[in-house]
Amino acid sequence: MTTVPDHVDRRFRDQAAAACMLDVAYDFADSPIGTLLVAASERGVCRISFDPEPERELAALAKAFGVRVLRSPGPVEGVRRELDEYFEGSRKEFDLRVDLTPLPDFQRAVLEELVRVPFGHVDTYGALALRIGKPRAARAVGGALNRNPIPIVVPCHRIVGASGSLVGYAGGLERKQALLGLEGALLPG
Amino acid sequence: MEAVAAIPPFERFYAERKDEVFGYLARLLGRQAAEDAFQETFLRALRAYGKLEHGRHLRAWVFTIATRVAVDERRRTTPVGEPTEVPVHDERPAFAELEHLADRLPPTERAAVVLRYGYDLSYDDIGAALGSSAEAARAAASSGVRRLRRKETS
Repeated sequence: MTTVPDHVDRRFRDQAAAACMLDVAYDFADSPIGTLLVAASERGVCRISFDPEPERELAALAKAFGVRVLRSPGPVEGVRRELDEYFEGSRKEFDLRVDLTPLPDFQRAVLEELVRVPFGHVDTYGALALRIGKPRAARAVGGALNRNPIPIVVPCHRIVGASGSLVGYAGGLERKQALLGLEGALLPG
Repeated sequence: MEAVAAIPPFERFYAERKDEVFGYLARLLGRQAAEDAFQETFLRALRAYGKLEHGRHLRAWVFTIATRVAVDERRRTTPVGEPTEVPVHDERPAFAELEHLADRLPPTERAAVVLRYGYDLSYDDIGAALGSSAEAARAAASSGVRRLRRKETS
């Protein structure tokens, strides 16, 4: 059977993105904490996924942003580069737009506040709840972080328990530890 | 029920169809011209994809687009003279034996023949692909086959 030549396939993927015809473009990126799926809408980064299962990811992206989801490296090149720099230790702040539009208001408020926690610092669920004006919502904040669609860039790894324990991480506690270690923010004990 | 008709993410649809669409275009136009026609086909598909109401018949749909692109391309580059009357044969053709001759057919006949015998599309789908009816598709395919048989024996 004839297969489409690589350069023709690549040209289509590039042109589709260049013509702004995609709801979401995505690609995979290697990192010290495993392969990541990185996706962007026209408004910004909309997904970073650990241990991606493409079938499920694509269906979720199509549901949230529209069915025109295509693997196309161009639109996520900048994200991949900044992630590389972050993992090499040469970047402390991401200079990326993020797209949180499909999220419920509460979760969006949590994540927008979270972005202000700087590299190398940690904060607690309770403090974050306080800062969005819902001092008693620490547990709900935990839930919102657990479903963070854009980990690393939206740094939910920087939120820990009041006792200093790591508590949880959707990507696994080892990754949370690795990210905090990379940022020099590992807690004693 | 809903799952059957759900529109898959474009990547799924594209990954599933790109090779056979490229193969089809290469059969109609040759590999070189197929490269541009491929871009055009999937860009058109992508443009319309967000407005689809269900995910049924996606294969026939993309063949429709490819056919229109290829027919336009051939009309543009290789004008074909008026079809001449040819004698009628009723036997099913051995398509593989005839295909090497098919590039001498008028574009719609060629598309009809290749879609029918190369890709096993129904005449309903071929009619849609050619912007006509199932009857017209059947007529185009059989006329194409007659012409091929004549070429083979001439």
